[in-house]
Parts: sequence; C-alpha cells; structure tokens
Amino acid sequence: MEAEQSFSDICGGRLALQCRYYSPSCREFCVSCPRLSLRSLTAVTCTVWLAAYGLFTLCENSMILSAAIFITLLGLLGYLHFVKIDQETLLIIDSLGIQMTSSYASGKESTTFIEMGKVKDLVINEAIYMQKVIYYLCILLKDPVEPHGISQVVPVFQSAKPRLDCLIEVYRSCQEILAHQKATSASP
Amino acid sequence: MVLKAFFPTCCASADSGLLVGRWVPEQSSAVVLAVVHFPFIPIQVKELLAQVQQASRVGVAVLGTWCHRRQESEESLGHFLEGLGAIFSHEPWLQLCRERGSKFWSCKATHRQVPASLGAPGQDQVMLIFYDQRKVLLSQLHPPAALPDHQAGDATASAGGLAAVFDTVARSEVLFRSDQFDEGPVRLSHWQSEGVEASILVELAKQASGPICLLLACLLSLISAASTSRVFKLWPLSFIWSKLSTCEQLRHRLGQLTLIFSTQKAENPAQLMRKANMLVSVFLDVALGLALLSWLHGKDRIGQLADALVPVADHVAEELQHLLQWLMGAPAGLKMNRALDQVLGRFFLYHIHLWISYIHLMSPFIERILWHLGLSACLGLTVALSILSDIIALLTFHIYCFYVYGARLYCMKICGLSSLWRLFRGKKWNVLRQRVDSCSYDLDQLFIGTLLFTILVFLLPTTALYYLVFTLLRLLVVTVQGLIHLLVDLVNSLPLYSLGLRLCRPYRLAAGVKFRVLEHEAGRPLRLLMQGALLGP
Repeated sequence: MEAEQSFSDICGGRLALQCRYYSPSCREFCVSCPRLSLRSLTAVTCTVWLAAYGLFTLCENSMILSAAIFITLLGLLGYLHFVKIDQETLLIIDSLGIQMTSSYASGKESTTFIEMGKVKDLVINEAIYMQKVIYYLCILLKDPVEPHGISQVVPVFQSAKPRLDCLIEVYRSCQEILAHQKATSASP
Repeated sequence: MVLKAFFPTCCASADSGLLVGRWVPEQSSAVVLAVVHFPFIPIQVKELLAQVQQASRVGVAVLGTWCHRRQESEESLGHFLEGLGAIFSHEPWLQLCRERGSKFWSCKATHRQVPASLGAPGQDQVMLIFYDQRKVLLSQLHPPAALPDHQAGDATASAGGLAAVFDTVARSEVLFRSDQFDEGPVRLSHWQSEGVEASILVELAKQASGPICLLLACLLSLISAASTSRVFKLWPLSFIWSKLSTCEQLRHRLGQLTLIFSTQKAENPAQLMRKANMLVSVFLDVALGLALLSWLHGKDRIGQLADALVPVADHVAEELQHLLQWLMGAPAGLKMNRALDQVLGRFFLYHIHLWISYIHLMSPFIERILWHLGLSACLGLTVALSILSDIIALLTFHIYCFYVYGARLYCMKICGLSSLWRLFRGKKWNVLRQRVDSCSYDLDQLFIGTLLFTILVFLLPTTALYYLVFTLLRLLVVTVQGLIHLLVDLVNSLPLYSLGLRLCRPYRLAAGVKFRVLEHEAGRPLRLLMQGALLGP
C-alpha cells in the first residue's frame, strides 16, 4: 500500500513523503528533497567563469580559462556524488531493525542499519539550528553498560529536514510497530 | 514475534526436500543452511545431523519442508511432505512452498504444542530473508571463536541479533564440505553443492607455508639474537646505532618479518589483515628497491654521483664561508660588536676549513662506499631512503655543530642576563624554594653585577643573530630529512592489501548489512534480501 503526500522543509522548499506499508510488520518512508535548481547552477558557473575571465585579462594566460572549466566540472561531479542528497528512506522492520538509506544525485547510496536490540526508542526532539528552533526525528540507542541510559542519538532525515507535520506522520506510524515489537519482546 | 526465516539464495532453485538448519529461539529466527533431497532414509539424515552437531557444536536440526512445484502433478508431494512432520518433530515446523513461474512464495509455521483452547495449531507471520551463503562466509561478519573453556554442546547464544545468524553459518562449514558428486547416503543442496570451492595455488601455498615459515622464523630469530648480543651494547656503538635512522628502519622491518613468519596462526580477521598488509608492503618495498638498484648500477650512475658529491660539498662550504663573511661585516645594516664578531666568525671559518679537508681526504673512497651502500637497496626502498637521510645528516654535520655552538652560547647568555637582571632589581633565585626572593647585596656586588649585565646586553644582538642564522640552516636540513622520513613511513604503513581487497573483492570488507524489500504481494509473506554493506564510496 502506498501513499504520497507533500510537505515542506524548514526553509520552505517542497518535499514529498511516500509511505509504503509492505506488511503489518514492515514500513518504509521515503522523503525526497528538492532537486538541484538550474538557476543556482547557472549562477555559480557564471560567477566562476567571469572571475576566471577577469584573471585572464590580467595575466594573459589561457591556462586559467581551461583550469576554470576543469574546476567547474570537477566541482559539479563532486557535489553530485558527495553532497547532494536526492532521497532519504527509513525502513522499519519489526523484530529485525531500522535501516536508513541516503541516495545521492549521482546514484550512490549509503546505508546504515541498526538492529532492533539496540534501539531504545524513536522520538521527535527539538534543536537550535542557526537562528531557528527546529524539530527532528531521532533514534535513541541503548547503552550496553547502563540499562536505563542512552548511548547515542541518531538523527533521521538529516538533509531533508522536514517540518513537524511530516515528522508526526512518520512518528505515529513507527510507534505502532515499535509498540508491537516491545509487547512481543516483553512476553517470553 | 514475527518468525524470520533466513534462506540461502542458492537453494531457491533446488528440488523439494527437507530444510536443515538452526533455530534461534531468542530471535525467533530459523537459519536454513541446506536442503536435503529425496530419496533419503530418515535414520541416515538423523545420523548426519548428529555428526555435524558434534563436529561444529551448532544445534543443527530439521526445521521443516521445502516444496518446489515444477509441474502441476505434484499435489501428492504436498501430502507426503506434511507426513514428514511426524517423523522429524521440530517446534515450530516450517513449510516453504514455491510455485513454478511465480516469484511469490508461501510460508507456514505451525506450532504443535499450542494449548487446545486456541483451536487449530497456531500460525505465526513468517518473514523470508534471503542471504548469500558464500558472501556471508567470506565477509567474516561473525564474532571471533568462542573461548576454549566453554563446554562442548550448543554454540553460545550470547551473540545477539544478526551476529547469531552469521555465527551459525560460519560454524557449519562441516555441513558444506560434501558436494553433489560425493557418494554419501544423503544428497544436500547448499552453496558448495556444485563443487567445493578451492584453488590449487592456495592449497599448495598452504602446504608449503608450514616448513617455509619454520625455516624463516629460525633464521630471523638467529638474526635478532645476534643483533641483541652484548657486543652492540657497548657505549660508542649503542650511541651510533640509536642515532642512525637506517638501524631504526632495519629493526622495524625485522620485527615485521618476525611477526609475518611466526608459526602461530592469526586469531582474528583483523590480525590476518595486518599480517597481509605487512607482507604486501615488504614485497613492494623490495621490488622498488631492486628497481632502484638496477637503475643505479646501470650506465655508471654511481660513478657520476660520486664525482658530483665532492664539488657539491665544496660549493656548500663556499656558500657558508660567504655567509660568515657577510655576518662578520654589517649584515642587513645592523652594527655588530666587532671583536666578538671577528672571534665567532673566525672560529666558524676554521671549522669549515677542517671540514673541507676531511671531505677531500675521503674523496678517493667515496665511490666504493657509495657502490656498497647502493647494494643495500636490495633490502628495500625504505632502507635506501634511510641511508640517504643518514648521508645527508653526515654531510651537513658541520651545520649541526654550528647550530649547537650558537645555541649554547645564546643559552648561556640568556641565563646570565636573567640572573644579572634579578640582581639589578635586588632579587635572587632561591634554589631551595624554587622561587624568586629579595636579597640585599653589597655595593661592590651590585657594581660588578651591573657592569657585567651591561656588557652582556650590548653583546646580545651579535649572539642572537648568529643563533638565528644557524637555527634557520639547521631547520632547512631537518625539513629535508623529515620529508624523506615521511616517505619511508608512507611505504611502511600504507595498507595496500586492504586497498586491493576494496577494489577487487569488496564483499570481504563488509562492515554491516543492508536489507532490500523484494517484490511484494498482499497476503503473501514479506521477502527481504540481506546484503553486505561496504565501507567508503
């Protein structure tokens, strides 16, 4: 079962949330970030090339122009492969674990999987980000030494940064599964 | 809890039969290791499982049935398979079924011992997780071997979560040793059933490595015993050994080789990786060293080098003399104290003169020395670079001496100045209490103290300038030596084996797992694919 809704992120950009319910024990939430805008790409390229042309008129060395083209290309490739995240996915499987995947614009995917035995809870937390106070969803991990302590806080949807309404949707859905998981794991 | 069935991808196309594996009750997961095909005799299957259990200490049992319907007329097979549940009782009993031409499977798990008040035997939701047996075994995600003082029996269930699954697969190597061409009583299907995976070269290397390691370990222990003998502990030799970077590098390499060729096996994958990295770096080192050797000894390059060495040393000495003449004059417009200037300048000039005579004395032997030193490149490029660094240190020994003299003079001057400055203010350094105390001096003490203080203050610029110039020269030499040592460290510690593995066999370096949800149909069990998650880009 699939449902798609549109929300906005903390800066006002449009986000799309896709919820897929594979089974009562497995759900997937996919947040897709706004695409690379042509306007900003053109602006950056023009700035770099104008600066290079300015340097060229000063130094009369044509290497500067080829270097500028090279740098622009490499910079764009590096940005697409290492920085620009297209989609972030949260897959929660009852009694197995939670998996977070980030897929970059160049197609690269980086995955983190946390076993259910390590997950204490999934909460919405507040944070001060630059000049704003934002909400973010995070996974609390159990501390192996202290039974009631928390060893690590893992934030989810870090580059998409959706707003509270989107987070509440995801939170409610995940808590259903986590509650079921806690009920069955508490019983022997 | 949802029942998880870990199923190997290689058995997905196998014929119908019995599922053999291990049931982990804490995780409510069934790890399927192999499929036993028809025809079989139940007694023999039970014997085989008992053998495997004894050899690997993993609780292997028959978990259920696997039905692969290739034609429509195999309905009777289904009933036959259900009857098997009575012979091999297992709680819960799994029944996996796959239709021909359909991607979706049907799974049922029945509990027999559920109390009768619930009516029919209870059924659980089943989740199928496919895993690649070969990759799971090779990526070594399982925890290291249990301590030897654990009692023999079922494997320790202390490994939680997915580690228990990897542990099970890794320990059941005994089960995977028979392939379909063996004439055993039972026909199994698993990742090695097409033929046990082995390589002739690897097997030969394993057989040969035993005696070779023993021989080399004896040789290396002899060498290290000889190097730690009493002869080398005598004062002049031990001092020289500690200063030369070549000896340091040789000792490091000896230590590494001893570790590689030691007769005890690596305990865990991390140690094995470390040993392999060391071995590859030693090979690369020796290969580069031999390349350097062949380049040096061809076309009489050593002769050219030796011919160029003495003029270069002369040139450096001349430049130093020019520098000292400049310092003795009015350097950068500063006015020096003539007498001190002349004394220091002449002292250093005489030093340079001695040094040049020494170099000229050595010049007929230089070529032969260089030729013999060049031979040491066959021990490795790092040794050759360390020797180069030592040669630079020896050739610029006079700069080091000048730096030491300048620094000592400056240090003494500063000590004197600080002490006389305290006297000038009427204070004294209390050695007992480690602090500055006031003190009443006599008039003549004060007079002489102030006089000396004035003299030292006016001589300060001269000494400071000499100190500055020689420190900068020494820094230059140290920078060059530092760059060479950086290169040596790079060759020593670059983990080339791991880099090679990352490029050629990335699944060996998996750090975790990732799951992918396969095509799903409502009403059918959920199917997931478990793969290794690689590090890096």
